[in-house]
Amino acid sequence: MWRWLHPYAKPEATFALTQKLIPWFALPGIILVLVSLVWGLAFAPPDYQQGESYRIIFVHVPSAMWAMGFYVGMAIMGVIALVWQIRTAELAILAIAPVGAVLTFISLFTGAIWGQPMWGTWWVWDARLTAQLILLFLYLGVMALYVAFEDERAGAKAASILAIVGVINIPIIHYSVYWWNTLHQKSTVTRAITRLEAPSIAPEMLWPLLVSILAMLLVSIVLVLMRLNNEILRREIHRPWALAELGITLDSSAKAHNDAEKKNVEKKGGADAV
Amino acid sequence: MLTANKGSTFKVFKQLVKRDIRVASRQRSDLLNPLIFLIIVVTLFPLGVGPGPDILGRIAPGVIWVSALLSSMLGLERLFRDDFRDGALEQMLLLPVAVEISVLAKILVHWLLTALPVLIITPLLALLMNLPLQAWGTLWLTLFLGTPVLSAAGAIGVALTVSLNKGGALLSLLLLPLLIPLLIFATAAVEAAVAGVSPAGPLALIGAFMVLCITLAPFAVKAGLRVSVN
Repeated sequence: MWRWLHPYAKPEATFALTQKLIPWFALPGIILVLVSLVWGLAFAPPDYQQGESYRIIFVHVPSAMWAMGFYVGMAIMGVIALVWQIRTAELAILAIAPVGAVLTFISLFTGAIWGQPMWGTWWVWDARLTAQLILLFLYLGVMALYVAFEDERAGAKAASILAIVGVINIPIIHYSVYWWNTLHQKSTVTRAITRLEAPSIAPEMLWPLLVSILAMLLVSIVLVLMRLNNEILRREIHRPWALAELGITLDSSAKAHNDAEKKNVEKKGGADAV
Repeated sequence: MLTANKGSTFKVFKQLVKRDIRVASRQRSDLLNPLIFLIIVVTLFPLGVGPGPDILGRIAPGVIWVSALLSSMLGLERLFRDDFRDGALEQMLLLPVAVEISVLAKILVHWLLTALPVLIITPLLALLMNLPLQAWGTLWLTLFLGTPVLSAAGAIGVALTVSLNKGGALLSLLLLPLLIPLLIFATAAVEAAVAGVSPAGPLALIGAFMVLCITLAPFAVKAGLRVSVN
């Protein structure tokens, strides 16, 4: 059942696959980003309540959505790395974590920018904002644990375990935070938010939003694949195929190696003669 | 080996508990310091926010719980650190019983040695923070149900970081976000009790969280120890 997975334990196979996939994601990704931004920023109608400033939604919502999605993806890679001991999955965690953390940060940052004119404050202890902030902490924890180990494979395994523990805990954190907010007396700001959410979104706004969500996904996947590619190359730099990939032909490097050897021998010979 | 001798698992469990208690009893300051830290942090709050009894009573559940979380982070490392250094941890992993059982013994001893003293001085903390009397019992119950979570979830963090020299700050970074639900449920329960409402709901949730942690954490701890000991 899992036989298709095994070839990708070999770094070269994964490298070839990601190399092949990148253009397939990059091209539609770039096109969709342009389409969604132009559509959203220029052609979608202004909001009747928020005017033009609602347009940040086309960055805010996609990044917030995929911030969570990529954490789950990272945890799945963690399971693969732990269960099947596949090294490229360990590298994938390292590739996904910073991208997810940046997505989380973008959603928080754009949220603050959006909140300032709308709610009159940069930050509210609203359930959604808080849950997103905790998600950022979880990402930072995984990244910090990964780099804390000197042995990279041990670090990757530790990070996998933490990602899996985190993904089990995320629903609990989520609901506890929502519940915490509703238990407290709701502030007028929060009430304003809920009022804004109540009307369903107009189709002229919904379509560019959906396009922007898809665009964000594609672009983030491209970033992850590129990071993964770099990581694989960095770890495999001593292998002939990686050198060939970098345009260093095996012959010349082998020749350089041989030359160095020869020089050493000559030096030794000279020393002996003296 | 496990099936050959049915009594052995429990015997090993008992032996591990006894051994850990004996080891801990020979270095008491390790146990006392987090407790003193807890009392000092709670003492700092009235000095920081002012001694008005109404404001103290209002922030009491949060202050006591945040302080308890922080002080538990202090003492957490000794859960596996010394055993890791002298090689006892490696031997524990090689025992002919399931590692999860040994881990549970460790967690139990850690709870007995760090959480029980906190439970004993809880009334003192409540008194210092001027918590309304009707909420004292609930505060104690939240700590009673919540501290096993600290020990069990904490064990995961320690297992992952025990081989690192700079584990301390990293440990807090890993664990505190995961423990946020506990803080929320606990303070909600105490606040409900202060308001005169039944705290049964949040208490039940803490209980559920505790059961989840105690049952699942040993597996994660085992995986973490395997990475660290290697």
